[in-house]
Amino acid sequence: MEDLFLTIVTFFPLLGAVVLLFVPANQHSTIKGTSLIVAFVTMLFSFWIYNRFDPVASGMQFEVNLPWVQSLGIDYHLGIDGISLLLIVLTTVLTVLCVIAAWHSVTEGVKGFFISMLLLTTGMIGVFVSLDLFLFYVFWEVMLVPMYFLIGVWGGPRRVYAAIKFVLFTMFGSLLMLVALLYVYFEYQAFAGEYTFDLLKIMNMPLAYHPQLWLFGAFALAFAIKVPLFPFHTWLPDAHVQAPTVGSVILAGVLLKMGTYGFLRICMPLFPDATIAYMPYICILAIIAIIYGALVSMVQRDVKSLVAFSSVSHMGFVMLGMFSLNLQGVEGAVLQMINHGISTGALFLIVGMIYERRHTRMIEDFGGLAKVMPVFATFFMIVTLSSIGLPFTNGFVGEFLILLGAFKANTWYGVLASSGVILAACYMLWMYQRVVYGKVTNPKNQNLKDLSARERLVLIPLVVLIFWIGIYPSPFLNRIEPAAKQVLSHVGKASTVQLNESYEIVDVPVLGASSDDAEAALAELEGAGR
Amino acid sequence: MAEYLFLVPLLPLIGFLINGLLIGRLPRSVVSAVACGSVGLSLIVAIMLFFDLKALPADARLIEQTLFTWISADILHVNLAFMLDPLSAIMILVVTGVGFLIHVYSVGYMAHDKCFGRYFAYLNLFTFSMLVLVLADNFLLMFVGWEGVGLCSYLLIGFWYEKQSASDAGKKAFIVNRIGDFGFLIGMFIIFWHVGSLDFATVSQNAPMVFAAGGTVITVACLCLFVGATGKSAQIPLYVWLPDAMEGPTPVSALIHAATMVTAGVYMIARTNVLYMMAPDALMVVAIVGAATALFAATIGLAQNDIKRVLAYSTVSQLGYMFLACGVAAFSAGIFHLMTHAFFKALLFLGAGSVIHAMSDKQDMREMGGLKKHLPITFMTMLIATLAISGIPGFSGFFSKDEILWKSFSSSHGHVALWVLGFITAGLTAFYMFRLIYLTFYGEERMDAETKKHIHESPRTMTVPLMILAVLSVIGGLVGMPHIFGATNYFEEWLHPVMAGPPQEAATHALASAGANTSMEWILMFASVALVLMAIYLAWYLYRKNTAAAGSLADKLSGARTTLANKYYVDEFYGAVVIRPLIVFSLFLWKIVDVIIIDGFLNGLASLWHDISNALRHAQSGRVRSYATMFVFGVILVVAYFVLGSN
Repeated sequence: MEDLFLTIVTFFPLLGAVVLLFVPANQHSTIKGTSLIVAFVTMLFSFWIYNRFDPVASGMQFEVNLPWVQSLGIDYHLGIDGISLLLIVLTTVLTVLCVIAAWHSVTEGVKGFFISMLLLTTGMIGVFVSLDLFLFYVFWEVMLVPMYFLIGVWGGPRRVYAAIKFVLFTMFGSLLMLVALLYVYFEYQAFAGEYTFDLLKIMNMPLAYHPQLWLFGAFALAFAIKVPLFPFHTWLPDAHVQAPTVGSVILAGVLLKMGTYGFLRICMPLFPDATIAYMPYICILAIIAIIYGALVSMVQRDVKSLVAFSSVSHMGFVMLGMFSLNLQGVEGAVLQMINHGISTGALFLIVGMIYERRHTRMIEDFGGLAKVMPVFATFFMIVTLSSIGLPFTNGFVGEFLILLGAFKANTWYGVLASSGVILAACYMLWMYQRVVYGKVTNPKNQNLKDLSARERLVLIPLVVLIFWIGIYPSPFLNRIEPAAKQVLSHVGKASTVQLNESYEIVDVPVLGASSDDAEAALAELEGAGR
Repeated sequence: MAEYLFLVPLLPLIGFLINGLLIGRLPRSVVSAVACGSVGLSLIVAIMLFFDLKALPADARLIEQTLFTWISADILHVNLAFMLDPLSAIMILVVTGVGFLIHVYSVGYMAHDKCFGRYFAYLNLFTFSMLVLVLADNFLLMFVGWEGVGLCSYLLIGFWYEKQSASDAGKKAFIVNRIGDFGFLIGMFIIFWHVGSLDFATVSQNAPMVFAAGGTVITVACLCLFVGATGKSAQIPLYVWLPDAMEGPTPVSALIHAATMVTAGVYMIARTNVLYMMAPDALMVVAIVGAATALFAATIGLAQNDIKRVLAYSTVSQLGYMFLACGVAAFSAGIFHLMTHAFFKALLFLGAGSVIHAMSDKQDMREMGGLKKHLPITFMTMLIATLAISGIPGFSGFFSKDEILWKSFSSSHGHVALWVLGFITAGLTAFYMFRLIYLTFYGEERMDAETKKHIHESPRTMTVPLMILAVLSVIGGLVGMPHIFGATNYFEEWLHPVMAGPPQEAATHALASAGANTSMEWILMFASVALVLMAIYLAWYLYRKNTAAAGSLADKLSGARTTLANKYYVDEFYGAVVIRPLIVFSLFLWKIVDVIIIDGFLNGLASLWHDISNALRHAQSGRVRSYATMFVFGVILVVAYFVLGSN
């Protein structure tokens, strides 16, 4: 029975989408109702999995491994560890909230919209459960299609430009990933004598230093675009600003995490030497992203693009944490992926709520909303505080661990990245002040309605999560820790075993120095392996 | 009783939750009962715990309570745990005691405000955060309280959010505090990666083994923590937010921006005194910054006309004294002054609130005068507080300030220059405080007729707290009398177990040159009292006896006066040097780097592709003749290749 868990949670939304195909397009309430039920049941499935998940065990759980295309060594191999577990739960929860949030805001093409949503959910969960690289790639690409439609059909005025930009950026990265993937595939055949895309098997294959650099580069580019890491981020503000609210929530909440997840799941275990070699460069780009994203956020005039740029900054924190290559950093990074999904998701929902009322998102059009919408102002405040990482909200735990880890990796990384904490307060509070405080100067804001029961229902779960993770993060951290250890042990193995010397992982900043040693050691290993 | 320690912070939190979640649905009487009651109960628990603690033998005075593991990752384990020791015991008494009085006062002060519930919810949340800060048994939990009080300060300064200046001030306070918090964070990182723990007990115990005394690491760590303290406690260079914080309701200024929150930096340094004792260079910086701030802020206080702003700069200045004490390793003197200051400064602010209340919300002292007979209780209590802050012998401020001045002179970390700065500040303090008293309560009534009609003494809920604080401002100093009076300094003795070196060191110091020092201590004490009396006389002369002289003096010193009135133009300086360039740079990043360079490059790539395709498109014209021509050329090329290639 346990074998089926992951398959059910992955494909149940797809099943729902298929059912929707047979519902006439004008029966809006049936379509919405069905979507809600499907999303809700999927969420319950994910809770069930969470409940059955063994937090202390290391390695993959709920594994299922069936041959799919046997002649090519493609398997239907699923499995999750603590990292994917949390991301799946995040995905299903956000999907439910998005369906509720879209209830009234989508009026045209309702059927297509909800079908896209459900397809997207399957694609996203699929990425997080795949342990076969081919399967991973399939889900990775599948997810592009519904997202393209969500932005391109239900988006703002420049939606087509944004949608195409989004797809082109992602495709560019994923093509390189495909090439690298095939290289690994053939390399493994040469090493072990069989063709396979199985991630867990390939992980144990030693690769020479230079190929590692190239392969890491190819995968990393695909993932970095998705994250997005500076300077590959320019698709993000366009996509967010043009996407419908729900599209932004899913985009920021889940899609961006696929990039960082890819680094953890594929790049780091498969190419440990390259991970170490690239570490300083990625850390520096991450720090640039943190500061750059924050500064650019500060001068935005559109609330939504402000939140979009703040995502660049926050995802910079996640990248920095991962590439600190120590447990605090990695655990903080994973937690921060979840946190960012919650708080930025909530921010986009909030922006959507005022957009629906005023059909504008320009900061200057608002002011004094605290007076007319006090409940809204309170939710907005809580989410803002979570986004700037106030203690006892979720953002603090993640950011603190990341910064602590980064500080260990390199003092200056920690110091520079910490300045992002100041800047975050600047841009968020300044925006909050201009939108919510002050007098109601614009007469159009005079009679705005406060949040409806439906809107509160969407935000309350997120607020509960904000405080839960902020005050009692142990259930999450406990599940992340074994998985994070696993990832780091792969990276650690590279530097200690293969290089035949035991130095600390974090102290390898020089690219050239380790390459000769690595190659020599690898040559030996390969000789032994054959 | 020990197992109820968690109730001290929890009770105000419950008050916050009730008032916060049921905002607008409770009658005012219930709101105030919940708010005051929760803090009052917390005070009772705190008092009982204090006596429990006192009953323990001096070196075993420690009550700990661990609730659960908060954050754990690899070797990092941070508990949600509280710790009551002599130091935190004093702090919780001050916080809940003064806090309770101010809650009660607020019931009267805010009676007419529309957002009564929101106000008390914030005030309870503040009390909770402050109690977490002082009871935390580790750096990280302290940081929770640290940022929590910052948040409440932000919310309460900007309480009247429709006023642009109020929300600006709130934001400024939060951001400036965040700059300090950045230092606090870095300090924590350094300590954690060296000691492997963030618990105060473990850090204090292991620090001597891990850090080289006087070494760079410990000095940098202490300086980073001190940056945090300068933010929270409004010291140079991060003091700029505190005067603006006066935009908040006056009881808030009393509780947060005078009595409790702003003293958090002093508390933090006292809490980590073991570390600071290992970093004499850092201590020296603390002392210099403290003394400089004390003097600097006092000079600005001379020329302010807003009654609350005078008190705000006075707070900055008095906090400077506390840091001066810490900087000369007289931590218990710093905490002593923290306590007495909490009494008399809270009283001054609440008195100012009472004045403002009577004056229909006017705060400019130039429009006051002659209020003595209208507001007798306010006047009497404020006068007592003024005598206390000026350091008139017998009042609480005298004992604490005198101890600081003496320690800054006599301590092995002290220096005569530090004493001189503190000494001058004492004179300035007495001058600007009596200037305030004379301008407000004496002389002709300068307010307009409308305001005059409404002048009335405040209601009981406001005057009773004033009177209680007045009593404390008088007797609060008796627990810490100097040795030369032949009395026991109970305060120092009580704190002795938590303070690393200073008492013994001071004792040996005193022994070495007992005779000379005693007479020196008397001389310095007389000198400062004499200076204070002269300053009071001067204030009386200028603002009471011969007000024309004040005017002509002001004219003569108009340049200096403008500079002081404009607070040395520090805000303008920060604006020009930090804020504006940052905005311009950010705009550059957005408009130039993001849009033109990165996106321009990518769009250029796309249009290049477009152009190439466009050019090649012409080849696909669909005309058979051009295809045939190309075909012929192709054949020629192929033939040529083989013919020439075969050679």
